[in-house]
Amino acid sequence: MQWRPLLFSTFNSYHETLFLFMSNRYIPHTDEDIRAMLEKIGVNTVDDLFADIPSEVIFREEYDIPSAMSEIELRRHFKELGEKNRSLTIFAGNGVYDHYAPSVIPHLLERSEFYTAYTPYQPEISQGTLQYIFEYQSMISELTGLESTNASMYDGATSAAEALFMMVASAKKRNKVLLSDTLPPHVLKVAETYARFHGIEVAWIPEKEGVTDKEAMARLLEGGDVAGVLLAQPNRYGIIEDQEGVADTIHAAKGLMAMYVDPSALAVLRSPGEWGADIACGDGQSLGMPMQFGGPYLGFLSCRQSLIRKMPGRVVGATTDASGKRCYVLTLQAREQHIRREKATSNICSNQSLMALYATIYLSLMGENGLREVNILAADGAHYLYNRLIESGKFHPVFDKPFLKEFVVATDLDIEKVNSHLLEHGIMGGIEIAPGRLMFAVTEKRTKEEIDQLITLMLEA
Amino acid sequence: MSKIDKTCRYAESHEWVRVDEEVAVIGISDYAQHALGNIVYVDLPEEGDEVEAGEEFGAVESVKAASDLYSPVSGTVIAVNTELEDKPELLNQDAFGTWIIKVAMSDPSEVDKLLDDEAYSKLCEE
Amino acid sequence: MKVYDKLIFELSRPGRKGYELPQNRFEKNALKDLPADLLRKEEPELPEVSELDVVRHFTNLSSKNFGVDTGFYPLGSCTMKYNPKINEEVAAMPEFTALHPLQPADSAQGALELYYNLQKALSNIAGLAEFTLNPYAGAHGELTGLMVMRQYHISRGDEKRRKVIVPDSAHGTNPASAMVAGLEVVEVKSKPNGSIDVEDLKPLLDENVAGIMMTNPNTLGMFETEIMEIAKLVHEAGGLLYYDGANLNPMLGKVRPGDMGFDIMHINLHKTFSTPHGGGGPGSGPVGVAAHLVDLLPNPRVKKDADGKFYVESGEKSLGSISSFLGNFGVMMKAYAYILSLGKENIKNVGPMATLNANYIKESLKDDYLLPIEGACKHEFVFDGLKDKSTGVTTLNVAKRLLDYGFHAPTIYFPLLFHESMMIEPTETESKETLDEFIEVMHKVAKEAKEDPEMVKSAPHTTLISHPDETTAAKKPILSYRQLKANS
Repeated sequence: MQWRPLLFSTFNSYHETLFLFMSNRYIPHTDEDIRAMLEKIGVNTVDDLFADIPSEVIFREEYDIPSAMSEIELRRHFKELGEKNRSLTIFAGNGVYDHYAPSVIPHLLERSEFYTAYTPYQPEISQGTLQYIFEYQSMISELTGLESTNASMYDGATSAAEALFMMVASAKKRNKVLLSDTLPPHVLKVAETYARFHGIEVAWIPEKEGVTDKEAMARLLEGGDVAGVLLAQPNRYGIIEDQEGVADTIHAAKGLMAMYVDPSALAVLRSPGEWGADIACGDGQSLGMPMQFGGPYLGFLSCRQSLIRKMPGRVVGATTDASGKRCYVLTLQAREQHIRREKATSNICSNQSLMALYATIYLSLMGENGLREVNILAADGAHYLYNRLIESGKFHPVFDKPFLKEFVVATDLDIEKVNSHLLEHGIMGGIEIAPGRLMFAVTEKRTKEEIDQLITLMLEA
Repeated sequence: MSKIDKTCRYAESHEWVRVDEEVAVIGISDYAQHALGNIVYVDLPEEGDEVEAGEEFGAVESVKAASDLYSPVSGTVIAVNTELEDKPELLNQDAFGTWIIKVAMSDPSEVDKLLDDEAYSKLCEE
Repeated sequence: MKVYDKLIFELSRPGRKGYELPQNRFEKNALKDLPADLLRKEEPELPEVSELDVVRHFTNLSSKNFGVDTGFYPLGSCTMKYNPKINEEVAAMPEFTALHPLQPADSAQGALELYYNLQKALSNIAGLAEFTLNPYAGAHGELTGLMVMRQYHISRGDEKRRKVIVPDSAHGTNPASAMVAGLEVVEVKSKPNGSIDVEDLKPLLDENVAGIMMTNPNTLGMFETEIMEIAKLVHEAGGLLYYDGANLNPMLGKVRPGDMGFDIMHINLHKTFSTPHGGGGPGSGPVGVAAHLVDLLPNPRVKKDADGKFYVESGEKSLGSISSFLGNFGVMMKAYAYILSLGKENIKNVGPMATLNANYIKESLKDDYLLPIEGACKHEFVFDGLKDKSTGVTTLNVAKRLLDYGFHAPTIYFPLLFHESMMIEPTETESKETLDEFIEVMHKVAKEAKEDPEMVKSAPHTTLISHPDETTAAKKPILSYRQLKANS
């Protein structure tokens, strides 16, 4: 590395000596390059290219950020930061689950032809991206039981918000949606923010014994002014709600039915399509994605084919090229924000493409049988934990409702004390969702020994 | 050079109207279908919908463009050309022979405010 | 060479598998005890393939892609700079990837510190008070920033301020974001050189104005020299200035948006701060604000207490939540690594070198391509197609012909100000040799357009596929393997 005076003159001569160009591994310019390029452009210094900027707004100080780090220093810095985190054995969920991540996935995601590409605007040199998105759409549609899936959204909560937009856009003159109180809290929060700014009227369907109160929903639909209803499966307490008759009630009121679902659980649970829903949304994190402190994951959005023009985001379709070869293109683009501008249903103009690839590889490896086994292992582990907790006498049932991998129990124990005792032993216990109420999640990664240890530690705290 | 149908009146937003007593038959002009290119989808209203002059009643989409359809007159939609659901390309093939909706007009005098073929022809040349 | 053309579904054989799970040592009754009505009847058709099948399939797919690592990617307004590998390495550290977002703050101090430090660095680089890193992408940041704008007026009891002024040259996402945020878009005209017409702006500034959305440099890569006047006018009218960070790259080391009078901005970490575009995402779109807007930022926020401990907090004045948790944390790690790798010594060279590269291409090609606006551009510029229009060769044809020569195409037909827009952005990470090769090919294509226009019009000739039928794709959409099977 070498310090060299650069051909920066500057705006004030007294600054001249402060501008030095240091060669950097990401900026390849040599003095010779700069000199030749300036000559071609016909200016004397690089600063001449900025001569149009009013002098008073030029930034002349030094940025208040650290000095350049070599890779050795950078690794050390990240290692030091990493040591301030604790990797825990996770018994919490609340929308993010510690599922198993197959080794194959990160290796394939590191193919830089995938991750250094932009959105596939040039189909001739983007068939890799376009094909995996097509496969992703196919697999999510299989899980949701709905014909059409887009190329993905940012996360589960924003996909739920977009589902609301879709329902309102489809209804034309109706501007009201119903949200079930049993939706996960983070989904409700985001959906409410979006709805409030967008000017969508929201009414909440109360919960009754841990599930959506269907009678209350029917009453709310009576006004004939509801564009659609968003329900959760499993819901915020991990309960699998019985949606029997719900679709009929909503459709009779000329509304649409959307379900916020856990895609992993859809290997075994009745699909939104089978319940009669029109739209399905949710978070792809449960498809083996690292928890990564909250992201990146992906949001998915599926719908009946008839609603496809109201579905936001990118969509990939199969077609043929001039020589008849099967290929894939971005399609239905005319309904997107860059064409429709303020008339688009949504402002989204990208997708979580690489995470869609993640989900596609995961589902390819696991297949239907693997995903089913994941659910069985998780559910059996969760029920084992639940039963042992109740047997201990220190935990009590809250809802007598079916669940899969996540459930709520009540306890008289001092939850703060219990959870900090668990933390000392490297365990993240249940989340306190209300005073005296804990919600646990168990995935296929948790062993019987870990569950036994969890219980022992909680009881001794 | 796109075609102009002399039997029609036109909106500045490129819809044509052919009047049959109290009923307005509405489509898009040849100029409009040219500008859009290959039309792949027509978003249609439903029978019984109320429309108002100058307001949106649907949209047409080509591969890379979309355009709203504005009703040249006010009234009630009494018929919708459902053939366009499967064959949107009809609008490209014969713009003046392909109607989109029929409207029972609430105020037939609105037709008089529309452009005649000469005025529309001038608009397209601009 | 045979081209790989299988779908993963077509490799499927009943009974084959690509996973292994631990033996089930629990009582196996949970699913059996569930009411049958709650379980699915129709099985999802997912592939049944071996691990090697999966590895080969996706490796083959990757070879059908073009990325920054493959070759020069001069896609205007997308800032396709090199994505450093060390960023990927540190972002994959299990000390971070295994963190649950709701883990107690005490057990995630390193992650919170990283979030906090990045937030501080961006604030300094932008000349603003504070950032939220929660938004997931540029458009999401834009939406969040406009929500801040609207929340500001609502919090002052001034709800009628709903008009947001957007230049007619702006990207379509701007008006779409405004619509979602419940604002109404009013367009302000551009002057022939693409900059905002201040005289046209003045009458728009009434008591209903929420603010203005701008990029600077603008969509044509030209600096808005009247920015201080614009800022003064908008502020006097009670509005806020929003900076779309899509064009921030050339400003690094030169100008800070906050110093130009902007109150709110978003940054695309996947453009300016080198995180990969990922074939469309995940990105990250942090939003920064001036001091008087800090309390309105979305929840949750990361803060530091007097003892230097980091904690997560939700404020009451906040506009609400726009993300499930703290955003795309994995992407933030990469941007943070990039900032530290460049450091204060090098980051200031990003803007100047990006600008040098753009001007070099522009001046080298303007004899063959129509340059509508003369003068120094910043990080990018726009040609209005070939200079010689007599051949009938369009911008689309040139773009497709570039693919034959192993370059990604520029952004085409945007901005809408010209009929044959071709927007070129080289970024600072490209060497003079690469630029020279690109320039040579662009000259060659211009020559081909004269000598053999039909050949250019029918390009590309060497790609795996050519001229896909987009009309049929849109008319009869086939969006899944199931539909594909039903159709064949």
